[in-house]
Order: sequence, then structure tokens, then C-alpha cells
Amino acid sequence: MNYGMVIYILGWILKLESVMLLLPCIVAVIYREPAGISFLITAVVALVIGTLMSLRKPTRTKVYGRDGFVTVALAWLVMSLIGALPFTLNGDIPFYLDAVFETVSGFTTTGASILTAVEPLNKCSLFWRSFTHWVGGMGIFVFMLAVVPLLGGSTFNLMKAESPGPVVGKFVPRVGDTAKILYTIYFIITVAEFILLVVFRMPVFEALCHTFGTVGTGGFGVKNDSYMSYTAAQQNITTIFMIACGINFQFYFYLVARKLRLAFGMTEVRAYISLVLVSIVIITINITGMYSFGDALRHAAFQVGTIITTTGYATADFDKWPELSKTLLVLLMIIGACAGSTGGGMKVSRFVIVFKTIRKEIDNIIHPRWIKKIQFDGASVAHETIRNTNVFIAIYFTIFLLSTLLVSVDNFDFTTNFTAVAATLNNIGPGLNLVGPTGNYSFFSPLTKCVLIFDMLAGRLEIFPMLLLLTPRSWKRYN
Amino acid sequence: MNIIIVGCGKVGSTIAKQLCNEGYDVTVIDNNPNKLRAVSDGMDAMAMVGDGTSYTTLREAGIENADVLIAVTDSDEKNLLCCVIGKRTGNLAAIARVRNPVYSNEREFLQKGFGLAMLINPESAGAEEMGRIFRFPSAIDIETFAKGKIELLTVRIPDKSLLAGKPLTYIHQKLRTDVLVAVVRRKGQVIIPSGDFVIEAGDLVSVIAGHEQAHEFFRKIGIETHRVRDVLIIGGGKMTYYMAKNLAASGIGVKIIEKDLKRSEVLSELLPDAEIICGDGTDEDLLIEEGIEKVDGVAAVTGMDEQNIMLTLFARSQSENVKTVTKVGKLSFTKVIDSLDLGSVVNPKETTAEYIIQFVRSMRASMGSNVENLYKIANGEAEAIEFHVTEKTRAVSIPLVKLNTKKNILIGKIFRNGRAFTPTGHDSIEVGDSVILVVLSEDKIRDLDDILAY
Repeated sequence: MNYGMVIYILGWILKLESVMLLLPCIVAVIYREPAGISFLITAVVALVIGTLMSLRKPTRTKVYGRDGFVTVALAWLVMSLIGALPFTLNGDIPFYLDAVFETVSGFTTTGASILTAVEPLNKCSLFWRSFTHWVGGMGIFVFMLAVVPLLGGSTFNLMKAESPGPVVGKFVPRVGDTAKILYTIYFIITVAEFILLVVFRMPVFEALCHTFGTVGTGGFGVKNDSYMSYTAAQQNITTIFMIACGINFQFYFYLVARKLRLAFGMTEVRAYISLVLVSIVIITINITGMYSFGDALRHAAFQVGTIITTTGYATADFDKWPELSKTLLVLLMIIGACAGSTGGGMKVSRFVIVFKTIRKEIDNIIHPRWIKKIQFDGASVAHETIRNTNVFIAIYFTIFLLSTLLVSVDNFDFTTNFTAVAATLNNIGPGLNLVGPTGNYSFFSPLTKCVLIFDMLAGRLEIFPMLLLLTPRSWKRYN
Repeated sequence: MNIIIVGCGKVGSTIAKQLCNEGYDVTVIDNNPNKLRAVSDGMDAMAMVGDGTSYTTLREAGIENADVLIAVTDSDEKNLLCCVIGKRTGNLAAIARVRNPVYSNEREFLQKGFGLAMLINPESAGAEEMGRIFRFPSAIDIETFAKGKIELLTVRIPDKSLLAGKPLTYIHQKLRTDVLVAVVRRKGQVIIPSGDFVIEAGDLVSVIAGHEQAHEFFRKIGIETHRVRDVLIIGGGKMTYYMAKNLAASGIGVKIIEKDLKRSEVLSELLPDAEIICGDGTDEDLLIEEGIEKVDGVAAVTGMDEQNIMLTLFARSQSENVKTVTKVGKLSFTKVIDSLDLGSVVNPKETTAEYIIQFVRSMRASMGSNVENLYKIANGEAEAIEFHVTEKTRAVSIPLVKLNTKKNILIGKIFRNGRAFTPTGHDSIEVGDSVILVVLSEDKIRDLDDILAY
């Protein structure tokens, strides 16, 4: 591993984080909260450490694939550890492990909280909690590549390690320019939602926090009852933006570039939209007995959007819904959003590829000599991608099952354990039963919290970076 | 600037890497995904799998907005077709690599007929470079610019040289030779010298001069210029043909050893002045029989790099003063090759890449300015820039002595009415001239008026 380069990049990440930590300071100044000082202290600490680490640019700047994976995993860990400091310093979350859980949950856009009540928190802490969603949604490295003119040729390996999906491509030749395009799209969506929410009379601070939570598909709110007390219009706006942010951002790039045929031809986007619509219809029918038709449709749409994009807001306590709806939601949790979006889960494109692989396997049993290439978006999928997808799914379920086993040590019921792991590994937030929309994660033991922290990071970074971090061979110094 | 490179072999990837580092937006197309892996892993460029001669692929790569299209696949016909498609689609400069001598002999027609900005033949480019090395055996490095019109020769000033400790004006006044010292490198520092600059022993001096003046100058300052009178070329490929023609034109005797009888016969037809020996070039006895100890120059240009290196080492072991040139095409262990005592090493593919990169650079420099051409010299630390003088230029009609220029600027040549001359202090720049300046790269001179101090 190229240690010099890893340290240098981590230094830059810390410097960026220190700048981000100044934003809650501004919030603290506006609301005259003394707690803001904790963010300032952390910002200074991060700046000092970051500057020291990035003082000297290493002579070997090559970042190989393995270095990219390890660097990204390390950076997310370090970022969360630093980002958790202010919560403990200002006393909003007294226990550091809890604060780390909350911050990891923020950066990975999970939205699972250990807080029993969020309303007593300082405004600056609430802001920081939500802002971590925004940063984590598109990714800190993508941000870094967009703003820091960096390091020469091999930075694409960093972006590959951080961006979700089986295949990560560039829109334009330069990584930096691609990152800029991504963040521009992201920023425009953010501003659009914020303005709409304010126009529909959500208080400015709440609108800002919820916008961050929505476009990052995170799910931290500022109220104990999540989205339940907001107006129908505000809920519907959020539904639309959640679903929009679960779409592959390549779609928007094509739209802007006026390549409409390519945009609407994207297999993944079509599959995703169909999945959303079908789920909404089924759940609406399933729950019409509990609400009027209009309300049923609104709640179904919101809940489908929040779960499939792995956001995790709630307008209704879906824990009380019929089994069919609950099970469907849990399945949507696992499928997740599109690759190249801000959402989590296993990604729609992976499922499309897997279904096509299954179909091919069956065809091959019937006609053993049938040569058949799997097609996706009009091109055949590389064998490597298919293998990677299959392995990913195998590892995913292995980790899922192992985590469930470890969590069961705490002796809660199966639904709680299973959905807690599903909700963290897929970066959703709320699960069912004790961790349902009205519950939280505070009652778990420290061991379980550690397991879930790992699951959240593994889910956001798509497992491989975290596994490489734990593989001693990847730490070996090759150059 | 957007650049599309079709073909990701050695040349394609070398160009892509260099241009990426210089800040261009590069897209590389190849139909072999494994070759593209080097691009997507190692550099900040877009890699696209596909057929570069397909309009759809080119459009996907953004041909409409591209400024340069470089076709360097292994097929001449594909390269030409690719450039034709590119020209039809967008307003761009198309560059094709063409190796078949049949095509490159019709270079002018092809270039005009297809509207290509550049047609490059690696073998011929490499042969040209080898030819230069034999013509100026005492020069450490020879670069050409202004389409080969001007040569820049670099030599190290020996300890007991007449020139050591003398100012540059001495060259004109006492030596009475017409050479222009353009760049001096001293202890890693690059200097563009003025007339009162004092030269020291050990300086690397780059001069602009014609062949005759250069020889005369080298002789006078105490650099032995034993001219190469005859060259033994081992291997009879395309490169040999171009080089033999080139050398014969400057009166150097050529002897070629080629294994294949048919090829020998073809060469003999093409090169009536050359001596063609049909035999195995790796046979020690044959080499000695053909006088490898006695010739002034040996060029090892067989198809195998390892064999070439071996041959050169053998030639150098047989004779002390022999000037050797080795062709290396595929081997990539540059550091090891540099550490061997091989003399000059020429890599036709790198030469090709270098030519193309030069072209792209000078194209960028000329966009929206009156720069006509731009050449990086002295390891890229200095630039020779050709400007076209227009009415807007302020520095016209003022004798150069009265022109208040910045430091480290040299007005090297003026082309007026199709004639080139080295200006003196009494000459002035006139509208319609082409002027070649030598400047430091870091000064970023992009307009003729940038040289003025005020």
C-alpha cells in the first residue's frame, strides 16, 4: 500500500471536514447557542491534524485499486470519529460510542438514531446531523475530487471505491469534471427542494435539515415523530424528491445533455420506476381499510419512496400495517435504489443483472450449447461485472446473516434483530417492531452498536472497502 | 481542448498519458478492453470500448466537440478511414499514423485529399532521428523544429575549449561563425543567454545553426567532429530503407546486412547506392568480415530489441570511436537500457508520440493568438515559438537594440519573403514576418508583445 499517499489524502479529507464543521458554528451563532464552540474546537483539531498530514505531497502519487479501497474505508472511519466529537463535547450525546453511531449513521445516510428524543438537541447539533447526510449522500471523495485539484492520474480508483453500483463510469474524460457535474446536479436538486418546502410553509431551519436528509436519502429529522405532523403537500414534495434522488445521476446528466433517448432508455431507471409504481399500488390497496383512499395513496407513496431510496422518514407508523405491506417494504429495503444515486441497498441494477443471470442459467440447462451474453442497456455485460455482482450478493447475505447472529446476543425478538440489520446494512434507518418508525436504537448493547456501525459503513461503501480494510494483505507495503 | 485517440497501443497510450498530464481532456477508444485498462487505471482520461472507425462510437466519444482526432491503430486503412469520418463530422484536426511506404510516399496527396493535419510514419520519423545522430555525431542531442527547417544542436563545452570563459559576442567577432546560442543549461538551470553571457566549461549549450556552420563551430571550439563517413545497418526493415535514403543523401556510405534474400533484392532495387549483404546479422564472423571494427557508425535496427542491444554492445566492444544507434521498440525497461553503454537509443513509437504531442501543443498555443507554432526544447524547460507579425503588434519597425525586452528572451530567426535570417541589433520586426523566439517555458509568452518589458 502507498502509505504516503493514503496519509496525504486523509489529510485533505480532514481539512475538508474542518471546513464543513464551520457550518454548524454559523447555525450556533444565529441561534445564540454556546454549544457551537464544540464544533469550532473540533474544526480546529481537524484542521491541524489534516494540515500536518498533507504537508508534504508524496513523490509516488499512484493510487492502485487496493489503495483506493483502503483509503476510502479509512477516510469514512476517520471522518466519523472526528465528526462525532462535537456531540460528546457539547453534551448532546454524552457517550462517545453513541455519538459515533449517530455520525456514522449520518455520513452513511442511514438515519438510524440512538436518540430517544431529538427535539431537546441544540440546533447546531441537529444541523450537523442532517448535514452529514448531504455530504455522505454523494460522497466525500467525489466532493474532494470536485474541489481539490489533485494528484494526477489515478484518482478514479478513489471515486470507484466510493460510488455505489456494479459499474462506475465517468460522464466526461476528467474525474474532476465528472465530480463537478455530479455535485452540480446534486446541488440544484437540493436548492429546488429547499425552496419548494419553504414555499409550502415549512420553517426555514426544518426545511433545510429535511432537504439534506431527503436528497442525501438519509432520514435524520428534527422532530420526534419524523414526518407525521407535516402537511400533505410537504410530505408529497418530500416523496417526489426522495424518489428523484434514488435515480441514477447519469439519467440527469443525459437529460441536461439532451440525450433523451439514452436517458429514458436506461434499463435500471425503468426497472426502478416500475418497482416504485407497482409497490405503491399494492400497498395502497392493502391499507385502504385503515385510511381514506387519498391518505392511503399518500402514505403508501411516501413509505415506498422512503424505503426503496433508503431514506427512512415516516409519515405513518408502518409497523402497524398489514403483513403484506410490511414484508413488501422489507424486500424493498434490500433491493434499494439505483446505482450511481445517493441511495443505498443492493441496487436495482444488480438485481436486474442477477435475474438475467438466473434466466440464462435456466436456458443453459435446457439448451446446454446455447451461447448467450447478458445484455444491459444495449451492450453485453462483461464477465467480470457478472462475477462481481454474484460475489457481492453472496458476501452481502453472509454479512447480513452473521450480523443478525451477533445482534441476537442482546436477546430481542427476531423481527427487531433482522430488520435492525436490514435497516443499517441498507442505510435505511427505521426497521420494524422495536426499531420501527417510532422506535430507536438506544437500547442495544455496545457490541451490537459496533456491529451495526460496521454494517452501515459496509452498506454505504458496498462492502468491499470495509473487507479490504480488515484484510492484512492489503496493508502490505508494495512501494 | 478535447482530444480523441483511436487505438491504445504503445503510441496511443504514450500520447494519452502525456496529454492528460498537460491538462487536455482525453478520450481513448480501442476495441480491446484489456488494453484500455491501463488508461482507466493509470490516467485521468475516458476509456471507451468500441470500433474507432464506427461513426456511432465516435459520436459517443464526443467527436462533434473534439479539437483533435489522433488515429493510431495498427491498420493504416482504419486510421485513414477514421480521420475521414472525423473530418466529415466535426471541425477538428485529424492526425493519422500510416506505415505502409506506398501511402507515405503519397503523403502530400493523402494529406490534402483527406484534409488531414498530419500524416506520420513512425519508421520514417525514427529513421530521420537516426540520420541526424549520424550527421552530427558529436552532438548530445538534436531537436528539430519549424517543420525540420531549423535544427537545435546541444553539445557540452569541453574543459579546454577556446570558448570557456568567453562571452557570447566572441563567437561572432573572433570565431566568425554564424551560429546562435539559444539555450544554455548549467547545473540544472536553464538560461536564455544575451550577448555578454560568459560560457563556462561543462555548460550544455544548444545552438541553432545550419549543417556547415555547426560543423565549423564545433571544430573551432575544440569539439572533435570526426564525420561519420560510412554506416553499417544491421536489419533491413522499413526503417532501414528510410534511413539509408536519408544518409545517402548527405553523402554517407551505407552497408546493410539483411537475412532474407527476397528482402535484400528489394532493398537493392530501392537503394542502388547502398551495399546490401545478405546474411545473418547476428553472426559474429560475418560482422567482423564486413568490417564492424572499421566503420564509423553502426545502426542496429532488426525487429528484436534484445538482439539490437546485443549487437550494439558487440559493436562498441570492437571499436572505440564507433557511433552507434539502437532501435528499441517494445522493451519498457528504460532505466536498465539507459544504464547500458549503448550510445543513442531511438524508439520510433516514442518519436511518433513526441511528434504528435508537439503538434497538439502548438495547436493549443495558436488557438486565439498569433502563435503559429510552439516547440518545447531543452527537456521542455524552454520554448521556441513561431509568431506571425500582424498590424496589431506594437514591436514593429523598431531596431532590436532599441527594443526594451524582458530578460531571457532571444529573437532567433526572422522569416521574411520566404527567406530566413538571424537578426542583428539593427534589424527590426516588420508586419508580415514570421519570428522565432526562444523563451523560458515558465514565462508563458503567448503574444509577441509579451516580450516587451513595459
